[in-house]
Amino acid sequence: MKDKDFRDNETLESFKIPDKNFLLTTLDDIIDWGRSNSVWPLTFATSCCGIEMMAAGASRYDFARFGIEVYRASPRQADVIVVAGTIVNKMAPVLKRLYDQMSEPKYVIAMGACAISGGPFFYNTYHVVRGVDHVIPVDVYIPGCPPRPEALLYGVMQLQRKIKLQSMTDMDKHELL
Amino acid sequence: MDNERLTEWIRTLVPEAQLEENKQFLTLVIPADKFHDLAVNLKESEDTLMDYLFCLSGVDMIKHLMVVYHLNSTRYGHSIELKVKTEDRENPAFDTVSDIWQAANFYEREIFDLFGIRFNNHPDLRRIFLDESWKGYPFRKDYVDEVNIVDL
Repeated sequence: MKDKDFRDNETLESFKIPDKNFLLTTLDDIIDWGRSNSVWPLTFATSCCGIEMMAAGASRYDFARFGIEVYRASPRQADVIVVAGTIVNKMAPVLKRLYDQMSEPKYVIAMGACAISGGPFFYNTYHVVRGVDHVIPVDVYIPGCPPRPEALLYGVMQLQRKIKLQSMTDMDKHELL
Repeated sequence: MDNERLTEWIRTLVPEAQLEENKQFLTLVIPADKFHDLAVNLKESEDTLMDYLFCLSGVDMIKHLMVVYHLNSTRYGHSIELKVKTEDRENPAFDTVSDIWQAANFYEREIFDLFGIRFNNHPDLRRIFLDESWKGYPFRKDYVDEVNIVDL
């Protein structure tokens, strides 16, 4: 994807609150550059989207190139949770707990149709959570069933754009965005 | 044993067994009250040795409820599909086969959980996926849940 197309949507950058303090903004830029290029995902996958996520992490797509680096098995060491797959009512409290255990600042990517809306399980089911945003706040939605690894890369890069907007004086991302 | 001889073998024990059309397995419908004895014989007899229950499922056919047993012999390699049916939707019950094949224990709990079919003499018959407070049996065709289910 060309950089021109990637920056096609500029609303994200327009959310950035201009800070008058030169030193602080420069520091922010440096810190955000560092943070956005070392996003550590949590090893959490509940179905076929997880296979695509593994493919994105493996050698052919290798999203370590973009700084979304090592999978962490502990939520306390992870920055982002990629919800890859169907969340059922029984899984929802576990997911919430994992999210609560992650340290701030933390981000959520909803990957695939199931995590966005329940997807193919929207109708006539008694057990599926219709969208993971009923349980935890989501930063980036990646459509697809399942999305290709390129789509996950794109989503991760959008998240990195989002991280670059944050200021250390206002780390509560949900007020900012 | 090939399918014809297997059918003959079962018919000598249960003459009422009905043959059903099936492309993959030899399928027989067995009266529920004779099923347990037949299952013991299928497992113990040197001729059949059905030592492997590889699938056990419940089916709601609206007119009747059904449990389907898929059996296989690891020594002879022959397989068979057996069905038992009941028209009782209020209190459906079959005899357990978990005393014959240990694998049936969890399968039967699953069928009880989702279809509400009880298994007599089962050692530990309680829900396996849903919690104990759950009302109704969600895999039944007539299951309604106006809060959680969005109808298409």
